Amino acid sequence: MSEVERHSYDVVVIGAGGAGLRAAIEARSQGMRTAVVCKSLFGKAHTVMAEGGIAASMGNVNSNDNWQVHFRDTMRGGKFLNYWRMAELHAQEAPDRVWELETWGALFDRTGDGRISQRNFGGHEYPRLAHVGDRTGLELIRTLQQKIVALQQEDEQEFGDPEARLKVFQEATVTRLLTVPDSGSEDGARITGAFGYWRESGRFVVFEAPAVVLATGGIGKSFKVTSNSWEYTGDGQALALLAGASLINMEFVQFHPTGMVWPPSVKGILVTESVRGDGGVLRNSEGKRFMFDYIPDVFKEKYAKSEEEGDRWYTDPDNNRRPPELLPRDEVARAINAEVKEGRGTPHGGVYLDVSSRLPADVIRRKLPSMHHQFKELADVDITAEPMEVGPTCHYVMGGIEVDPDTAATPGVLGLYAAGEVAGGMHGSNRLGGNSLSDLLVFGRRAGLYAAEYVTELGDARRDVDQGQIDEAAAEAVAPFANEGAENPYSVHQELQQTMNDLVGIIRREGEMAEALTRLEELKARAAKAGVEGHRQYNPGWHLALDLRNMLLVSECIAKAALEREESRGGHTREDHPGMSADWRKVVLACALAADDGHIDLVRRSPEPMRADLLALFDRDELKKYLTDAELPAEEEGSD
Amino acid sequence: MATGTAAPGRAQIRERHLRTDRWWLAPAVTVTILTGFIIYSTWRAFANADYFAEPYVSPFYSPCLAENCDSMPMSANAPLFGDWWRLSPALIILIFPLGFRLTCYYYRKAYYRGFWASPSACAVPEPRGKYSGETKFPLIMQNFHRYFLYFAVVVAGILTWDVIIAFRDEHGAWGHMGLGTVVLLANVLLIWAYTLSCHSCRHIVGGRLKHFSKHPMRYRYWQLVSRLNTRHMQLAWASLFSVALADLYVYFVASGVFDDPRFF
Amino acid sequence: MSYKANFRVWRGDVDSGELRDYTVEVNEGEVVLDIIHRLQATQAPDLAVRWNCKAGKCGSCSAEINGRPRLLCMTRMSTFSQEETITVTPMRTFPVIRDLVTDVSFNYAKARKVPSFTPPEGLKAGEYRMQQVDVERSQEFRKCIECYLCQNTCHVIRDFEDNKEAFSGPRYLMRIAELDMHPLDVADRQKAAQDEHGLGYCNITKCCTEVCPEHIKITDNALIPMKERVADRKYDPIVWLGDKIRRRK
Repeated sequence: MSEVERHSYDVVVIGAGGAGLRAAIEARSQGMRTAVVCKSLFGKAHTVMAEGGIAASMGNVNSNDNWQVHFRDTMRGGKFLNYWRMAELHAQEAPDRVWELETWGALFDRTGDGRISQRNFGGHEYPRLAHVGDRTGLELIRTLQQKIVALQQEDEQEFGDPEARLKVFQEATVTRLLTVPDSGSEDGARITGAFGYWRESGRFVVFEAPAVVLATGGIGKSFKVTSNSWEYTGDGQALALLAGASLINMEFVQFHPTGMVWPPSVKGILVTESVRGDGGVLRNSEGKRFMFDYIPDVFKEKYAKSEEEGDRWYTDPDNNRRPPELLPRDEVARAINAEVKEGRGTPHGGVYLDVSSRLPADVIRRKLPSMHHQFKELADVDITAEPMEVGPTCHYVMGGIEVDPDTAATPGVLGLYAAGEVAGGMHGSNRLGGNSLSDLLVFGRRAGLYAAEYVTELGDARRDVDQGQIDEAAAEAVAPFANEGAENPYSVHQELQQTMNDLVGIIRREGEMAEALTRLEELKARAAKAGVEGHRQYNPGWHLALDLRNMLLVSECIAKAALEREESRGGHTREDHPGMSADWRKVVLACALAADDGHIDLVRRSPEPMRADLLALFDRDELKKYLTDAELPAEEEGSD
Repeated sequence: MATGTAAPGRAQIRERHLRTDRWWLAPAVTVTILTGFIIYSTWRAFANADYFAEPYVSPFYSPCLAENCDSMPMSANAPLFGDWWRLSPALIILIFPLGFRLTCYYYRKAYYRGFWASPSACAVPEPRGKYSGETKFPLIMQNFHRYFLYFAVVVAGILTWDVIIAFRDEHGAWGHMGLGTVVLLANVLLIWAYTLSCHSCRHIVGGRLKHFSKHPMRYRYWQLVSRLNTRHMQLAWASLFSVALADLYVYFVASGVFDDPRFF
Repeated sequence: MSYKANFRVWRGDVDSGELRDYTVEVNEGEVVLDIIHRLQATQAPDLAVRWNCKAGKCGSCSAEINGRPRLLCMTRMSTFSQEETITVTPMRTFPVIRDLVTDVSFNYAKARKVPSFTPPEGLKAGEYRMQQVDVERSQEFRKCIECYLCQNTCHVIRDFEDNKEAFSGPRYLMRIAELDMHPLDVADRQKAAQDEHGLGYCNITKCCTEVCPEHIKITDNALIPMKERVADRKYDPIVWLGDKIRRRK
């Protein structure tokens, strides 16, 4: 076991999506020797799937926009559960992060005066999303990838080795974070590195590093219908839990309202929100634009009451209110769910999303090229001529690793940082479209920056990795080979996905979630017996068997938190508790690993009250919808 | 040592390729048509006869630049080559359209695939062990395509003149139009469309610019040429057929196979 | 609507391998990658295949189907007849790792050889101004998902291992074109395209364009315009003279 390949770095970033790459660029720019470890090839991360754009209040299209408005939209979208400090930093720094991409070669669509064009999106008051057609995520990844190449070219000139200070270890999976107990605190830990295996050869590899940035993305592969790729198995969340960190807000899972529903093999693949932002409308099988029936009270003043007003908004947004198709994602997803349930769905169990009757064919092809391509190639549907069939799909987890809002450091594990989807807090109970890519950049950079700062301050006080932990991790990883023929990991995975989809899905009920927890227990027992055949070289069955641990841990956390939270808010809808409760807003549910190491304990936390100057950005009347009376700011003297 | 798809390290698959479609069809058609054209045009170019039937002149012989040309009043003929030139005058001028087409980015693809099997079709291996593409003489000369374009524009201009004078009858009176006029007109339109849709032309009118926004007129030309350029292959074939047909038509009329039907 | 299809999948590694026959269920609306996954789940649990987004956006699942370079996730089963045998092999230009997975590091090495975007000195972030008409050409090339199918199909390296040193392949020649057409890039890239990246090897036979799943007009919009730009600099005395005179003034 001692023959394990070892690499020593200052900062190790796990995950090569937007947040991971941005963190790596920052850490390297701070002078750190940095490694990026990712499961796929470099440049293939799930970020490429992001379509709509990057939200940043540059005010290029509507100069009324500024960070305060963006902050307000983000808090409203998250139903005030967001870590307000993260939302504040995010809104303030997003424009700089976008502009920085241009200096690295990104080519966004332009306005008439040559600045970055910005588009409308659900929940954003002004056109705010910097975009490139509908392939913004690809542009983001490619730009960051090319920036990394640029840094490597610098190193090649300076040291003759392009990978001297920044190296990408691709197609490697990390299965354990390595820690030692932290001398400064009683039950805290300190990062010493990470343990993983090469997917190609199955050989083990150890990264020794005092700081690890987790940027592994989401958890969608625990659900049956999802827009997420195979990589989204909750690795970072599970690694953090196992290292002693906590997950917060895990009950909030965003179901994107518009995923493909047909054919079955592509069920769940995303249909970008830009379709609606650019004029697409939702209709049920009776041809009715049903969204007008689903505007919730908190948004009544902000959305159009008639189709005519909604249609006028596209050309005259200052004098009209936006159509309800552009409500936040949770509202639209629930509405579609309800329509289908009441028998007004399409033959394949979705609703119609129609852009063909709203825009000329050439405009559709120009504005939505990848959607046109995607439907043509995958479903044989020409979206310029016929409506799409869409339905909700598991898209994003708002919850994630608990982090310090400013530094992205995880409390409880020194040297561990998290950014992007894997981190929690920023989006509260529901994320606005476009806020994800900006989140990756803002907090990716912060994670890299503060990880570098931590390593610098640490100086020579680095701790060695514990050989015992490496041996344990290696034993854990090869265990499935000893279980030959016992349980098929593919069937366990399928049942897990079915369970989460059916019992902890868009609409949740107490009994069903309790049932889910029972089934998760059974699945855990079966996963422990999951066996694989063959060898360790590129063995997908083995990889899945190892991923099951992570998916099960995260699923348990989601189900437990969802069962506990007796209200409906954002990405968490309880049929038995349909209202939003101001008291529950004051509760953050945190998951931590139980003492038996195999289960989840739920802890209640109280969020820090929002700073007064930020509270002042909202009308008192609006705050009343979210806050308890005690939390409301005092009424101003003399005002009426 | 084995190279190509059999090179060490690559998946060792016995079959040289696994294509199941009729990948050989396109190169076979190319070879057939181009060979047919070469045979026909060689015959006609060396024939030195039956290329003028007042008011029509065969595009193979225009401009006619030798003393031994037929007398073609109004047509573009100039005795630049004196009586020492005994060969067909077509040979003097054909070198330019031939060079234009030989270095054309589309025809290059067509004959590299068809005649050189380099490659015959995608993922079908080449039958040779070394390849240097267009890096060495003579193929490096392909980079002179633009010069042939300049000549091709001149030739197209002269052929246009030939069409204009084809609106006169054999006595030089304007207002004539026969089937020959239509044939020559159709040919010259296709020749122009093919010539202007050329990749080098696209580069020269605007493609070489870094900022279209600073040159709005050239950007519009570039857009126009770009649109034509997407049809470059079709135009290459259409104009090849049309030029051969125009010549054949003149040949038929000049050799008395039939008379030119007149519209007015 | 489901039927049994005949598949031949290449199984093996760098030392040896064979086309192995499978009979496998196919349902309506499925793509080749679905069938490969069904093989993994039912008959060949250790069948190696690289994939990720399954929507034609990441460019991971490149392989060859019936001898043609394609994305497994974007090849619908309905394009084949129910009787025909469908042969799936790894890409044949890159070293094989196992089954359908190849070592594509050649491409990453070539990517590092292209000097990165070079903005004008002193231009600060946030001050970039570019017109839409000026960015559109490069934007087309930035649609590239780096599936490397163009690199795989290009006969210059597919059929001639020796040329891998001198030739960067369509993907990276297109990257040079992208930067050369970038309205704010100030680096000189044209001569290097010919001298260091082997643009002259390209004989514009268009297989790269033919296989591009993003339908980028690689040859017409990137490679030929680059060849013309190189001709301006290296093979056209008139342009050369014109530039000299203009610079004098």
